[in-house]
Amino acid sequence: MQVLDRLRRAILLAALSLFAVAGAAAGERFITVASTTSTEQSGLFDYLLPKFTQASGIKVRVVALGTGQALDLARRGDADVVFVHDQAAEEKFVAAGDGLRRQPVMYNDFILVGPKDDPAQAAGQDIAEGLRRIAAARAPFVSRGDKSGTHAAELRYWQAAGIDLDAIKGPWYRDTGSGMGAALNTAAALDAYLLADRGTWLNFRNRGKLSILIAGDRRLFNQYGVILVNPARHPEVKAADGQRFIDWLVAAAGQQAIAAYRIGGESVFFPNAAE
Amino acid sequence: MQEFAASLALAAHLVSAGDARLAGIVSLSLGVSLGATLLACALGMPLGAWLAIGRFPGRHTLIVAFNALMGLPSVVAGLFLYLLLSRAGPLGGLGLLFTPTAIVIAQTFLIAPLIVALTRQLIEDAWQEYREQLRSLGARRTRAVATLLWDGRFSLSIVGLAGFGRAIAEVGAVMIVGGNIDGVTRVMTTTIALETSKGDLPLALALSLILIALVMGVNLFAALLRAWAARRWG
Repeated sequence: MQVLDRLRRAILLAALSLFAVAGAAAGERFITVASTTSTEQSGLFDYLLPKFTQASGIKVRVVALGTGQALDLARRGDADVVFVHDQAAEEKFVAAGDGLRRQPVMYNDFILVGPKDDPAQAAGQDIAEGLRRIAAARAPFVSRGDKSGTHAAELRYWQAAGIDLDAIKGPWYRDTGSGMGAALNTAAALDAYLLADRGTWLNFRNRGKLSILIAGDRRLFNQYGVILVNPARHPEVKAADGQRFIDWLVAAAGQQAIAAYRIGGESVFFPNAAE
Repeated sequence: MQEFAASLALAAHLVSAGDARLAGIVSLSLGVSLGATLLACALGMPLGAWLAIGRFPGRHTLIVAFNALMGLPSVVAGLFLYLLLSRAGPLGGLGLLFTPTAIVIAQTFLIAPLIVALTRQLIEDAWQEYREQLRSLGARRTRAVATLLWDGRFSLSIVGLAGFGRAIAEVGAVMIVGGNIDGVTRVMTTTIALETSKGDLPLALALSLILIALVMGVNLFAALLRAWAARRWG
């Protein structure tokens, strides 16, 4: 039965290797944070999280998704903390009892990006007027279309512009259903307009002919908030360590670290937990 | 073409600099994909052989099902496993979501049908050839399965390599059940996807070249191993 022995040994080896892989990651103190593609792709977390780990001994595992998806993940109990940017959706999340308290952490702003030669003449400081011009010109526009915070903001601005998107949507409006970076890549390839968050834009390398056309409109304010997932609903939630991360973010140490993060000398996020 | 040359130089630089982060990502990629391949072979090859020589009702349906599952889209597998492994899902208590183990499970799930289907075909052909011989030796079914698998080991190695190829190239399911967490579940393919998202195309391409080199290395190693084994047992 030498042959069967060999087979048995192969199966045992396979099982052992599985456990070896599983064991390598165990035994570490960590929390899981569901956050947005913008915080990850802007490079903020790479800068911020090691500082928290150094201060607390707690590692932070970030799963970066669109805000809608991040909240869904937390609703199922798959994260301890959510760190996202869609105030309306966050308040709904807390009201439904999925999260405890929502705390503001920082803000930056959305920007309208488009081809430098600006065929729709959208450039300026008024996001509603800019969108009206893009729609009038039927100029190519790339939408995230993924229920992210940026997508929710985009829909709000179309509404503010008095445009019924469903009525005038055509081939010029490209619903890509993708993350911020992927949408930027698409827009760069198509010379299209799109709404982006400044953090991802600053860290984005493949800009092509794109540049910032609209910024500084007060409506383009982009607030980030942090929420602890309700441990009463999901007993596995690491409430104490998760709260410690939140406390650190909104206290002086975290706020100063956020303010100190720069890309090419430019501030990316502005702390405002105290407000 | 200029971009390609720049990325090639960057890839060479990354490798020669021995970047610890890159080394971690590469070894995780190799570890989970080899683990998944071994696991899928250990489960799939005996099952494939049994399908090849067994005669029972529903056999043809199973064969068609495994052939069809070779084309299972990886996001579908990822979504299915996510719902199983999520805290709110039936296996949530195991706490496997967003761990390397979850990636191994997803890859095993994706490549096992491939291994079953290809093994089934290879063994069925061998069974046609050796059936009379094995019968005259009075071998029972389990013994026949083991003998055919062992005798076909050199042909079967290509089945393992096909499985490994799909496992290490996998991104959709790995992104969903692994979460692309830095230092924990970030593998080569999800890193490439992330760098592409950041618009850092030269770095993404450099990482792609390293991944291709890695897959070639594994295949070369398998070929050498096979040649050595053939000399020894051939």
